[in-house]
This record gives sequence, structure tokens and C-alpha cells, in this order.
Amino acid sequence: MKHWILTVLTVVGFALSTHAQEKKNKNAKVDIEVLGNCDMCKKRIEKAAYTVKGVKSAEWHAEDQTLHLIIDENRTNSKNIQEAVANAGHDTKIGESSIKAPNETYNNLHHCCMYDRAE
Amino acid sequence: MNFKHISLAINLIGITPLFAQVKDSISSPIEIKISEVLLRGKITNTFNQSLENVIVQYDDLSFEAVSNIDGSFEIPYKENGNLTFYIEEYEPHQITLSNSDFVFIKLEPIGDLDEIVIRTNRRSTSRNNKDNLNTQTMSSNELLKAACCNLAESFETNPSIDVNFSDAITGSKQIKMLGLTSPYILIAEENIPSVRGASQAYGLSFVPGTWVESIQVTKGAGSVVNGYESISGQINYELLKPATDIPFYLNLYGSTDSRYEINTHLNEKVSDKWSTSLFIHGNKRVKKNDMNHDGFLDNPLGSQLNVMNRWQYLNQEKGIVAFLSARAMVDEKQTGEVDFDPTTDKLTTNSWGSELNTKKIDLSSKIGYVFPDMPFQSIGWQNAFNYHEQESYFGLNQYDITQRSFYSNLVFNSIIQNTKNKFAAGLSFTYDNYSEYVYNFNAQNYDRIDQSYGAFFEYTYDNLDNFALVAGVRADNSNRLGAFVTPRIHLRYNPWEDAVLRASVGRGKRLANIFAENQYLFASSRDFLINNSGGKAYGMNPEIAWNYGLSFSQTFRLFTREAQIIADFYRTDFQNQIVVDIDQSAKNVAFYNLDGKSFANSFQLEFNYNLATHFNLRSAYKYYDIQTDYQKGRLERPLQAKHRVFANLEYQTHLQDNGAQWKFDVTWNWLGKQRLPYTGDLSANNQLADYTKPFSTFNAQITKVFSDTFEIYIGGENISNYQQDRVILGAENPFGNEFDSTIVYGSIFGKMYYAGLRFKIK
Repeated sequence: MKHWILTVLTVVGFALSTHAQEKKNKNAKVDIEVLGNCDMCKKRIEKAAYTVKGVKSAEWHAEDQTLHLIIDENRTNSKNIQEAVANAGHDTKIGESSIKAPNETYNNLHHCCMYDRAE
Repeated sequence: MNFKHISLAINLIGITPLFAQVKDSISSPIEIKISEVLLRGKITNTFNQSLENVIVQYDDLSFEAVSNIDGSFEIPYKENGNLTFYIEEYEPHQITLSNSDFVFIKLEPIGDLDEIVIRTNRRSTSRNNKDNLNTQTMSSNELLKAACCNLAESFETNPSIDVNFSDAITGSKQIKMLGLTSPYILIAEENIPSVRGASQAYGLSFVPGTWVESIQVTKGAGSVVNGYESISGQINYELLKPATDIPFYLNLYGSTDSRYEINTHLNEKVSDKWSTSLFIHGNKRVKKNDMNHDGFLDNPLGSQLNVMNRWQYLNQEKGIVAFLSARAMVDEKQTGEVDFDPTTDKLTTNSWGSELNTKKIDLSSKIGYVFPDMPFQSIGWQNAFNYHEQESYFGLNQYDITQRSFYSNLVFNSIIQNTKNKFAAGLSFTYDNYSEYVYNFNAQNYDRIDQSYGAFFEYTYDNLDNFALVAGVRADNSNRLGAFVTPRIHLRYNPWEDAVLRASVGRGKRLANIFAENQYLFASSRDFLINNSGGKAYGMNPEIAWNYGLSFSQTFRLFTREAQIIADFYRTDFQNQIVVDIDQSAKNVAFYNLDGKSFANSFQLEFNYNLATHFNLRSAYKYYDIQTDYQKGRLERPLQAKHRVFANLEYQTHLQDNGAQWKFDVTWNWLGKQRLPYTGDLSANNQLADYTKPFSTFNAQITKVFSDTFEIYIGGENISNYQQDRVILGAENPFGNEFDSTIVYGSIFGKMYYAGLRFKIK
């Protein structure tokens, strides 16, 4: 009997936890490392982030070179945003996954936005 | 939940300055430690070319260096020092030092964008180019420039607001915005409408200046969140916040018109979440002044005791902030003939006198909650109960009013899709129970209950770059105003760098409390004639007006220093107004619904300039064209100058490490001629000219700050000693039918000097 209850509990617990995994956060906090210099960069980076549906809030700070996001995970993921920002000309990185801006786009940035590219 | 996010959301329920204050204290000079360490660095332009001869300077001018041919420099290192780099043709650049590591500085050519911190002192009055409404924020530094003592007087150095001369009856100063008096301005304390109804005329004088942390002045219609009543603008004042206030503050003040004040603030952080402040204000005028020898006091004898206790709860992890406030005030004033003695002469014809006694009790609560993980979403709920009791007589006229009010406002802030699209939605409820007794040739009672409830929605679009729109609408239902809709729209556009174009349109609707707002007229022998046309407020209709505004501001560099030009044009168009007509006869005042047109056009050109380091000029020219169709025809509003000029100079010496500093401030006001009300039906010796003569006044103040804890100040108002040549008509027979002490357009007392001290424990 005891064994049986334990099994049920384990199954229920497992079910709940997988359910929790499936349930995506509608207000997930995501930080992306984005390189840039000035207010012009800030505008460009934030604008690019907002073009992605599901981005609720996007704030880029020059001091920490980070784009602070709140996103709806049901509608988008961090990779989409990395791509959008990179396509606008700014190199991005989350942990090991970095998406870089095309060289051509980077070279066409206003000269105040010519951030130092790693390597 | 981080700090920044809370401040973002709480902004919308009006608790912002709490956080603003924290930021201020961070940016204000911190004690600088000098060490023997040298800071080394290199300066280049954006193309990595070395820059020679760049001046490297601390903002307190303690050390200076010049860069070498290879762009290198060295300067003694100061922790938290602000280092500025400048050279011609490049934008100045400032950094704050946190360590002595080698620094690379890149200077940008002038005309390039952006990001560079420009070296200026924080102005005590500021406008933000990203504000969607035409709002000026006056910090507590600005408030210190006025002589004294209450909120009405703190606008004397602000060009957008005209402060009238105090009348002889209450000694209080009234304010005007866009040429319209305070009833047409929504005045709110931390976003709860505060100066209204019974306190409309003198409410500002019941708020001691030292309690105020900052004031936001918005020209034009303003937001719908705080109600439908504002017509020419909104003034919101924020009181000191218990969570950030200093433990002890003392201010003493005395002046040559024998007014004395004491302000004490006590603050205690009770726990990591709760803090409390106790404010005590007392003032007294003990001596009778009659500088113009007309037998009447120039300003009233009086005393006020005003006590407030506030509690603040702040839980940053949970995103909750709450305030509980309680206040009680007793204010007494006596004026009239010099030998008037209220114990024997009250309501007799022995001699003419007046007493005005006010009691107030205010209770309020506010709570704001920011949703976890959703810093853009919050709820705010504020409630206020006010009790206001005034008992007064003016010669044989009597006026008593008691108002019990309850106000509640619930605001929900969130976004649509993303933070480019924000909205505020909410519900509000207002209840006012008035009992009003008037004796003016006969006894009249105007007891009534006003109540209204409404819902509002305000949408804000911001493209995060150069354009924003705020579109608000509210629907209200009131037992006296009926059911009605209040739309308001504001636009902001930044056409090019450092330029802002703002436009606004909005509607306002309100009930005129004709006696409370015009009670100074009781100090005359005028007969109050109320034209009952079957309306719901004193037999008249609500006042309705549309306000249209356009404002342009440009910041630029003039001879390398910052300059700003602002041009504002506003028009208020009344659909209905309760006309206060003192031009039919000098022996009465008539109140009636507007029949025809009534409008107020105002134009203001403001020029601000940083003349030298720590030396600022603020100047403005103001043009008012305010006309109303009276029964007699279209006339300019009486006692209103068509042209006004304002200039203010402020200079401060360098702030020393211990906070020591000198501050100098001079304000000059010039008022063009003002139309005087009709006096043609009085006997020849009581008749006035059609217009006053232009005149100007000077105010000046010097503050010596000895340290962060102690400062003294002295100053003078109306130093050139301009005095209105005749204040009282029919003074020889105050109970006759030609008596009038209400026509005040200039100073009665003349020049006045004052001194005070401030002591703080931080």
C-alpha cells in the first residue's frame, strides 16, 4: 500500500514537473551581452530588439554592455533577438553562443558606434 | 526586482521623487579624498589620433593638467573626482574616477552624436527633453531661493507662474498660470488633489515650504489621471519621503515685517522597511504694521501651527511602497484697522476688522505594488480624507465654510505588447460635503453635497527616439456636472538634436466655488449679486474650457556655454465661465454665466544661459491677452499685466569638501500697466485711474553654507521699495458704501528684509 502511494506521488510529481517545464514564462528575464558605445547604439539596439514579437521590454546599458530584456517565451526566444540585434550591426553573446554582426553592416555604422570587436 | 524597475513603475502613481531623491544624493558631491597616487591616461579622437593640449580638470578646479603631444597626461588621483576633458572643436567629456587605472579617453568632434556627459551643474529647475508633457521640475534647491515660507511663495523664481502680491486681509499670495488664477490649476499633493474647494484661495499657504521635496509644474491640460478639473495647468508637489529624509532638520526665520517661523523635521528609520517623519511648523506675526499710514494693517497678525506625521513602508524585494500621512493645522489671522480689537469690536461698527480662522485635518494613504518579473506593470491606490473648517468675518460680512471630502483613485499601469505602448487605466471617486454660510447684507446658506465617480484611460506611445503621444480620456458622472467626457492629447516631437516641440489639447470642467474663490471681495462694501439661472452650482452652470498649447525648446551652445530658448503659446477658450464682474459698479460684484466669449492667450519667451561656471541667467518675457465678455462689453481681465519681464541670476561659489559654499540669487520682475476695475460710481476722491503704472521689483538672497549641517541666509524682497500708492478706498468710512480694500496690484508693505538659518543632522 505504502509503496503504491509512493508510486502515485512520484508519478504525479513527475507529471507536475514536466508540466512546469512545458509551461513557458510569459515574463522571462533575459540578458544578452551586446557591444556598443553611445546613445545612437542604444537606440539602434533597442529598436532592433523591439522588432521581435514577444519582446516586452528592452533596455541596453553602455556601462555593462548588456541588453536587459523581458520576453514572452511562448512567442520568441533569446536567439531570435540575438539575430535581430546582430543584423542591426551589434555583436551579441549569451554565455558561449555568440552571434556576430555581418562585417558589412558593422562597417556601415556611424563612426561613433564603431565599438571594439573582440579578436 | 531591481531598484530601477520599481522606480519605473511607481513613477506612474506619483511616487517617483522618492527614487529621484536617491539618485540626487548619489550624484551630489561626495567628499573627495586626495591621495598621492597619480592618474595616467591617454586622449585620442574617434580616429585614434592623439590629441595634444587637452585641458584635464577636476570639476572643483583643484587640479589641472594638459595633455602632451602623444595625448598622454598625468594628474593627482582623487577618489570619486569628476574629471573633465576639453579642447576646442571637441565636445567636453567628463568621467567620474573610481580607481587610478590608466584611462583611455576618446573625444568626439562637436556636432557629432551624443552620449557625452556635458559639464554643467544640475539646475535647480529643469525640463526633460523626453518628457511628453510641458513639465518643469523645481527641486528643493529652487524652493530655498524664496524668502519664505510656504508653497505659494516658492514660485517667485519660476517664470511660468506669476505670484501676486499678498492681499491685506490674509497676507497670502495667490498664483496665476497662463494668466488664470489658481482655481483653474489642478494643485495636487503627491498626485492627490489638495488645493480645492474650501481651500482653493489660500490652500497653498497651508503647505510649509520646507516640507516640499520638489514641484512639478505642467502647462496646459495635463494628464487625465488626476481628474477633470485642470484647465490652465497642473502643479504637483512632492513632500519629503520618510525613507530618504535626514534625521533632523531645523529652520528658523524672522523678517522685518515681524513674521517668525520655525520648522522642525524629525525622521526615524524604524526598521529596514518602515520609516517615519514628523514635521512641525509654526509661524507668527506679532506686530501690527502700517507702513503706508492708511490706518489699516498692511499684513495680518496671525499664527499657524501645522503638524504632520508620515509613515512609509518600502519593500524593494516585493515591489511594495506605501505611505500613511496624518496632518492637523490651525491657522488664525486678524487684520483691519490698526486699533481694531476683536474682543470688543467684532461684528460691530466700532472699527473695521477681520478675523479668519482655519482648521484642517488631512489623512491619506497610498499604496503601490509592482508585479514581480513585470517592472512595467503596477497598481497604485490612493485615498484621502480632508476636513477643512474656516470661520471668518470681514467687517460685517461673515463667511463660514466647512468641507468634508473623500477622494479615492485606483490606477493600473501596464503595457500593450511592449514598453513602447504603455497605458494607465483606473477609477476615481470624489465626495465633498460643504456647509457654507454667508452673511452679506443678508444671511444665506449654501449647504450641499458634490460627488462624482469616473473611469480613465491614458495611452502613451513612445517610439524611443523622437516622437511620443499621450492620449487620455476620462468619463465621469457627477451629481452637479452631469455625465461627461474629458479628452486630452499631448504630443512630443524632437525634430533635431536638443530640440523639443510639444503640443497639447484638452478639456477641463469644474464647479466654481464662488465664495471660497473670491472671498477677498468680502473685505469691501460690495454687494454680492448672484445671477441665478437655474443651474446646479449657486444657480449657475459648470465652467468648461478647452486649452490648446504649443511649445518649442532648443538647447544650444553659445560661446561654448549652454543656452536654452523656450517659446510657449497657450490659449484657453471658455465655453462657460462664472464671470466675476467688478466692473458694473464699484459697489457690487456680480456673478453670472458667461454670455459670449472669454479667452486667455499667453505667450512666453524664455532664455536661459550659463554665463560662467556656477553663474546662471534665467529670463522671460510674458504676454497675456485675457478678455471676457462682461455685461458691459468685452474687457481685459482687471489687475492683470499684459506684459511682464522676469530675470533671475544665480551664482554659487565652488562647493568645498565639507559642503561649504556661498549662494547668491537676484530676481527682477517688471509688470506692465494693469487695468483697474471700474470706480466711476464712487465719489471723486475714491476714483482710480483706468490703468496702473508699470513698475518693477527686486528680490535678492545670500546664503552662506558653512558645512553640510549648518547654513544661514539673509535676503530682501521688494528692495527698491515699490509701494502701491493707495490700497483702501473709502478708508475714512469703512462701513459706508464706498469701502474697498481688495484692489491690490502691488506691494502694500514695501521693502522687507529677512534672515534665517538651517541646521541639519545627516
